[in-house]
Amino acid sequence: MKIAVLTKAIPSYESSIRIDSSSTWIDESVVNFVVNESDSYALEEALQIKEKLDNGSEVVVVTMGSQDNTSKVLKDGLAKGADRAIFIQNEDSNTDPLSIAKLFSQNLKDENFDLVFSGLQSDDLGSGQTGVLIGELLGMSTATLGIETDIQDGKIKIKRELESGWFQWVTLPFPASVSIQSGINEPRYPSLKGIMGAKRKESKVIDGQLSDDPKQNFINLFVPKTEKATEKIEGDVDGIVAKLMDILKNKLRVIS
Amino acid sequence: MKYIGPDFCNITSLLTDEELLIQKTANQFVQQEFNPIVNEYYEKGSFPLELLPKMGELGFFGATLPKEFGGSEISSTAYGLIMHELEKGDSGLRSLCSVQGGLVMYPIYKYGTDEQKKKWLPQLSAGTAIGCFGLTESNHGSDPSGMLTRAKRDGDDWIINGSKMWITNGSVADVAVVWARDEEGIVRGFLIEKGTKGFTSSDIHGKMSLRASITSELFMKDVRVPDSSRLPGIKGLKGPLSCLTQARYSIAWGAIGAAVDCYEVALNYSKERKQFSKPIAAFQLTQQKLAHMIQEITKAQLLAIQLGNLKDNNQLDFSHISLGKKNNVAIARDCAKLAREILGANGIMDDYSIMRHMMNLETVYTYEGTNEIHTLIIGQKITGESAFE
Repeated sequence: MKIAVLTKAIPSYESSIRIDSSSTWIDESVVNFVVNESDSYALEEALQIKEKLDNGSEVVVVTMGSQDNTSKVLKDGLAKGADRAIFIQNEDSNTDPLSIAKLFSQNLKDENFDLVFSGLQSDDLGSGQTGVLIGELLGMSTATLGIETDIQDGKIKIKRELESGWFQWVTLPFPASVSIQSGINEPRYPSLKGIMGAKRKESKVIDGQLSDDPKQNFINLFVPKTEKATEKIEGDVDGIVAKLMDILKNKLRVIS
Repeated sequence: MKYIGPDFCNITSLLTDEELLIQKTANQFVQQEFNPIVNEYYEKGSFPLELLPKMGELGFFGATLPKEFGGSEISSTAYGLIMHELEKGDSGLRSLCSVQGGLVMYPIYKYGTDEQKKKWLPQLSAGTAIGCFGLTESNHGSDPSGMLTRAKRDGDDWIINGSKMWITNGSVADVAVVWARDEEGIVRGFLIEKGTKGFTSSDIHGKMSLRASITSELFMKDVRVPDSSRLPGIKGLKGPLSCLTQARYSIAWGAIGAAVDCYEVALNYSKERKQFSKPIAAFQLTQQKLAHMIQEITKAQLLAIQLGNLKDNNQLDFSHISLGKKNNVAIARDCAKLAREILGANGIMDDYSIMRHMMNLETVYTYEGTNEIHTLIIGQKITGESAFE
C-alpha cells in the first residue's frame, strides 16, 4: 500500500498576523508556520494503516509552498514516521484550489498512490477542496469528512460524518482520495529518535510551476473594522416586545 | 518553526531545525500529558510515575547518550530545550528527568562495566526502571567530602553502611547510585538494587516546595553487594561531582523554562487586567517589571546556548556550569516574584503556575550546589584562591 499524505503549513494560532504591503496576502516573515491540524490526523491515520497492514507499506508526506515555510512541515512528518517526503516548491502565494490540485496531480501521477489522505480543510483558508480535486484529476474514488477507516478485501471503508450527528459508511475501490476529519485518532509526538532519523530519509524537491492561470485571486485583504453600536428600544411594553421579536427573528435570526 | 517562548533577540536563529522540533515534542508532551494533572500531584505531594514509559518512548532519558545505550545522540542544546519545556511544567518533572539521565544513566554509561550498562541503560532509557542518586547526607550537603557512608571490603563483596538524605525518587527507584568511602577513605560508587537486604528508604514529608516530586532518605545497614555492583571506572569525589556537572547543566536550562512560564503568564495577564480604565501593562511600574524579566530571560537564554555549544565541543568547564546554574536559577526566582506581583492577589492562586514555580525555585536555588557554593566556585576560578577548601 502506497499512501500519500498531503500536509500544509499554516500560520500558528499564536502568530500575530499582519497584512503585507500588497494588501493581497499576509506578511509571512513574522509568522510561525505549523502543520495544519487535520493533516496531523490524516498522517496519523496513514501511519496506523501502515503499522496495521505490516506489509512494507509506504507513507509519503507531500506539501507545496515556499522553501522557508513549508519544508519544516515535512521534517515533522518524517520525524513522526513517514518514509519519505515530496516537496513541490512554488513561491507564488497561490490560493486557487483547482490550480493547486492540478499542480499536485501532475507531480504525483507517476507515483501511482493507492491512497491519498488529506486533512479535511486548511485552518487558514478553509476551502476543503484540494483533496477531492486531486482525487478527481487522478481518476480516484473520493470521500470527504472521514472519521474512521477500515481496509478490507482490497477496498477501503470510510465512515463519513454528516450533519446533525448522522454518519455514513462508504466503500471505495483503490485508488482513493479521502479527506480526514480532526479528532479521528490521537496523533503521535515525534520521538527524539524519529527527529534525529528524519534527516537520513529521502526528501525530494520538485520545482512546481502552475500550468495555467489561477481561477481565483485575492483582490484585497483587510482587517475588519470593529464597531460598537448600541440600539436603544424605546416605547410602551407592547411596542418594545414587538420590536425585540422582530430583531431576534429577522435581524439576528436566533428564533424562528 | 520558532523557539517556543519569548524570543526578544531572535535566539531561533541560533537553533537548528532538529533542536526546534525536539523542543516542540517536549512542549506538546508537557502541555497535553502533564499540565492538566500537575496541581493534583503537587497538592498530594507525589509524582505521576505512569508518565515515565511515555517519556522513555519519546527519548527524554539520557537523550545525549549514544544510540546503543538508549540515547538519541541529540545536541546538548536540544537536551537543554527538553529540560526547558519540562520545567515550564514543573521543577519536579525536570528534576526527575535530570536525575534519571544525568545522575544515574550518565555514571553507569561513563564508569560502569559492560554488564552494568547492558542491564540498566535500556530499562532506564525506556522509563521502565527508575534510578536515584545517593550522595548528600543529612550532615553533609555542600561538603560531600565529609560523607560518613562507608563501604568495607569483605571477600568478593562490599558491606555498605550509612544513610543518604534529600534523594529524588529514593523510595521508588529500582536502582540507586550510592557513593561511599572505602577503608582507605576513597569515594567509590555502587549500584544498589531495590530490595537488597538492609537497604531501605522512607519519604520525606512536609515539603513546602518541589511537592510534585518524591524525595526520600536512604538507609544502608550492612548492605552486602558483590564487587560487580561497583562502578569500576572512577574513584574519588570527581565521580559524583562529574555527575552533578551534568545535572547542573540541565538546571541552567530548566530554570529558564520556569522563568519563561512566569513571564508569559504575567505578560498576558497585564494586557488583560484593567485598572483605572486601562490595562495594567500600560503602567510604567508594570512595564519596568516585565522589561526586567525579558532582559534577564534573554541573557539566560544566550548563556545556556553558549553552555550547550561549549559542552558539545568538549570545552565546558564546571565553573561555566556554576555560572549558568547560579545565574539562571537566580533570575527565575526573581521572575517568579515579579510575575506574582503583577498578578496581584490572583498571583497566589493555583489557577496560575507562578506560585508553584516560586516555591519550587527555592529548592532549585539550593540543590545541586547552593547559590553560595557556585559563587565560591566562580570566585576560585577567577582568583585562583579557594574560599571553601
